Amino acid sequence: MRVLAKLCRAPLFVAAIILCLPHAASATEIQVVRSPGGITAWLVREPSIPLLSVSFSFAGGASLDQPSRKGTGNLVSGLLDEGAGPYDSLAFQTRLEELAVRMSFDASRDSFSGSLRTLSENRDAAFEMLRLALNEPHFETGAVERIRGQILTGLMEAQEDPDAIVAKTWFATAFPEHPYGLPGSGSIETVKAITTADLRGFMDKVLARERLTIGVVGDISATDLGPLLDRTFGALPASTKIAEVPETVPQGNGVLRVVEKSIPQSRVMFGAPGLKRDDPDWYAAYVLNYVLGGGGFSSRLNEEVREKRGLAYSVYSYLYPLDHAAIYLGGVGTQNQRVAEAMEVIKAEIARAGENGITAEELANAKTFLNGSFPLRLTSSGRIARLLRAIQRENLGIDYLDRRAVLINAVTLEDIRRVAKRLLRPENLLIVVVGQPAGLTGSE
Amino acid sequence: MSRILSSFIFLLLMAAGSSLPVQAALFHPKTHTLDNGMQVVVIEDHRAPVVAHMVWYKVGAADEPAGKSGIAHFLEHLMFKGTPTVPSGQFSKIVARNGGRDNAFTSQDYTGYFQNVAKDKLDLVMGMEADRMVNLVLTVDDVKTERDVVLEERRSRTDNNPAAQLREAMSAAQYLAHPYGIPVIGWKHEIEALNHADALAFYKRYYAPNNAILVVAGDVEADAVIAMAKKHFGPLARANTPARSRPQEPPQLAARRVIFKDARVSQADWRRGYLAPTRSAGEVKHAVPLSLFADLLGGGTTSLLYRELVVKQKLAANAGAYYSSTGLDQGRFVLYATPSQDVSLAELETAMDAALASALKDGFTAKALERSRTGLLAAAVYARDNLFTSPRIFGDALTSGLSVERVEAWPDEVRAVSMEQVMAAGRAVLDMRRSVTGLLLPENGEGK
Repeated sequence: MRVLAKLCRAPLFVAAIILCLPHAASATEIQVVRSPGGITAWLVREPSIPLLSVSFSFAGGASLDQPSRKGTGNLVSGLLDEGAGPYDSLAFQTRLEELAVRMSFDASRDSFSGSLRTLSENRDAAFEMLRLALNEPHFETGAVERIRGQILTGLMEAQEDPDAIVAKTWFATAFPEHPYGLPGSGSIETVKAITTADLRGFMDKVLARERLTIGVVGDISATDLGPLLDRTFGALPASTKIAEVPETVPQGNGVLRVVEKSIPQSRVMFGAPGLKRDDPDWYAAYVLNYVLGGGGFSSRLNEEVREKRGLAYSVYSYLYPLDHAAIYLGGVGTQNQRVAEAMEVIKAEIARAGENGITAEELANAKTFLNGSFPLRLTSSGRIARLLRAIQRENLGIDYLDRRAVLINAVTLEDIRRVAKRLLRPENLLIVVVGQPAGLTGSE
Repeated sequence: MSRILSSFIFLLLMAAGSSLPVQAALFHPKTHTLDNGMQVVVIEDHRAPVVAHMVWYKVGAADEPAGKSGIAHFLEHLMFKGTPTVPSGQFSKIVARNGGRDNAFTSQDYTGYFQNVAKDKLDLVMGMEADRMVNLVLTVDDVKTERDVVLEERRSRTDNNPAAQLREAMSAAQYLAHPYGIPVIGWKHEIEALNHADALAFYKRYYAPNNAILVVAGDVEADAVIAMAKKHFGPLARANTPARSRPQEPPQLAARRVIFKDARVSQADWRRGYLAPTRSAGEVKHAVPLSLFADLLGGGTTSLLYRELVVKQKLAANAGAYYSSTGLDQGRFVLYATPSQDVSLAELETAMDAALASALKDGFTAKALERSRTGLLAAAVYARDNLFTSPRIFGDALTSGLSVERVEAWPDEVRAVSMEQVMAAGRAVLDMRRSVTGLLLPENGEGK
């Protein structure tokens, strides 16, 4: 648990703060690499396997899409590897295969992110492909129409997919006037309306260095990484002007919506206002949720719904902190005849924890699990790279991996009771059911 | 979350990907066999102070008694109930209280249990796993409630999902005699009838050290793991486990078509499976070449099917092929395509058949073959990156008729494949008489 912080100066003006990553291998360190051109990345050097994983993201994602062109960021994410620089679509994909490079992009509600994985021997060429994708994508008509067609096919499927319907309905009800109310992939209508100018507009808005966070894990030194960062990301604008996404809170508290569908098992999503990631009570809520519905086979919901009554294969809850809203969500799937019973059990458990909190034993067990299991997340270079990126994105601090256990251990039963009263109010739930639930009728 | 059910793990060794150092072995495991016949495989990986502990049983859904479909998977769920020393429902909670994660999975060929824990907890979880290998206690109530859970699992995975229902019907049509045609989770009416006695009978018949493989990967020393295995599993008695002998397929002479029209389908879809050898069954010489053939034909956006059907003819939004070379008995080579808007499945299928014919006639370029080979070899390096991948590869292989040596030889076998072998494998497998074509259509959709 010790923090070892020292400032290094490496050649090429690559400054590196070196910290111990105590939960991973004892020899593993986080280095803050600052490139000659001023781009920052966090690096964990792992020389034992000849590969490299890079994870990066730009703050600002699908929420920045114009409502009538929802799905723009998502379409961009499918097109950056479809022709760039000197390579047309086929040549770009062929080159990635020759190099055995895996490259992918993703537009979520709040960010546009990407990943790169390469064998060490192809490192420079891999970064060059990423540079081209980010700086010189073609958006050639044939590729745009092909990827658009794939997205439209997926949206067609989603029209009948119970889990897609339940999520879409929940978010549309909770955020009727906000970008969070629409799926990031857009609708058939909005995806059809997207133009190449929209795609370029998204790139010009979102891809700026001030919004960029980077995590790197693998067989590379800080000295070698710095110039690669400059070459790959250095030509992007330092900053751009984007419209602020407004702060919001989920609506529809206490509403039950039933979407009639002929399936044997009702799919349910329930949720309410939650906590932002920077809320002072975040860790208390995190521990509380573990006990209620986050703890897999150990959670109260699992015990009452699955183990005792056989009402579901899967029941869970989780905190979903967005940049501009905080949500507490859960889900369950139960045969139509018994879904009302399952929801009564879930509401009773939420009420019980809301009124009484949790027991000292549950608190102790939660702390042991949440701290003890954390290193299990650090078991591949890609996962560590994503974690490095996320820690930066959420401003958790370079010493977060040390402080995390301290923050969790500091949670008291009193903290839990306080946050439980705020968070766990069954009367606040917005519940959406897709199926033919016996005895449940929508409240509006 | 949850006890998972996997029919096709490890398509992973088929992903895209450069040249490897000229060195054969992949994971460098250390192995040992206990006196009672239990095989031990240890992969040392010292990057993080954690360990993956797995026990794999050489029994899966395809080993079930007739009429008892789903019993292998149901027993997998019930294995979390209790023993005289671990109270009912406490197994996973004890693992969690020690900072670990646990789960299990069932396929046609194996049943596997795992705990991922800090390395100092290995002794604890190994002791618990050895305990439930022979000391399981089941109450009648446990069985009834858990059966409801499994029925909900079946509704989630299959009955709520017309695409899954079509795949189930296609598997049933693919196998004329072999139990691979029965779903791993079981038929609904047979799951409903499974009882306490069925579960215990299956447990007693198959759960024994001589029918199990211990795989441990992580920050451990192999000798210490082997000593620990002797302590926990060594005292367990060998059982008279029956040999694995499943009804085998007769020659398949007739192409089959399965058409599923359903009101819940909004997007049509097309698939076709062909009975195919694996590295353990059928014409095994074709298995590794077939992995390359699958990649060349339909492994990604440079593959023949994607270029032809998606890019050039624009008849499909997506199209491809996949194949897994691991399986105790003959598996499947699968083609899939999703039609573009306003394209009929009939039109798509005609173009697909023409593309297959031209692939078999004209073959592929030497450059394309080298790219596919590069991808498969790189996937092997990438597989070393995730601590939890190598134990799964060994468990999958060792319960499916392969040896540790064959897993380690994979890169060498891929390197040795010639273009002639790739084409011979493709020609041998793409035989309509051994195929099942499946159409997923809206209720009022087309269809032949």
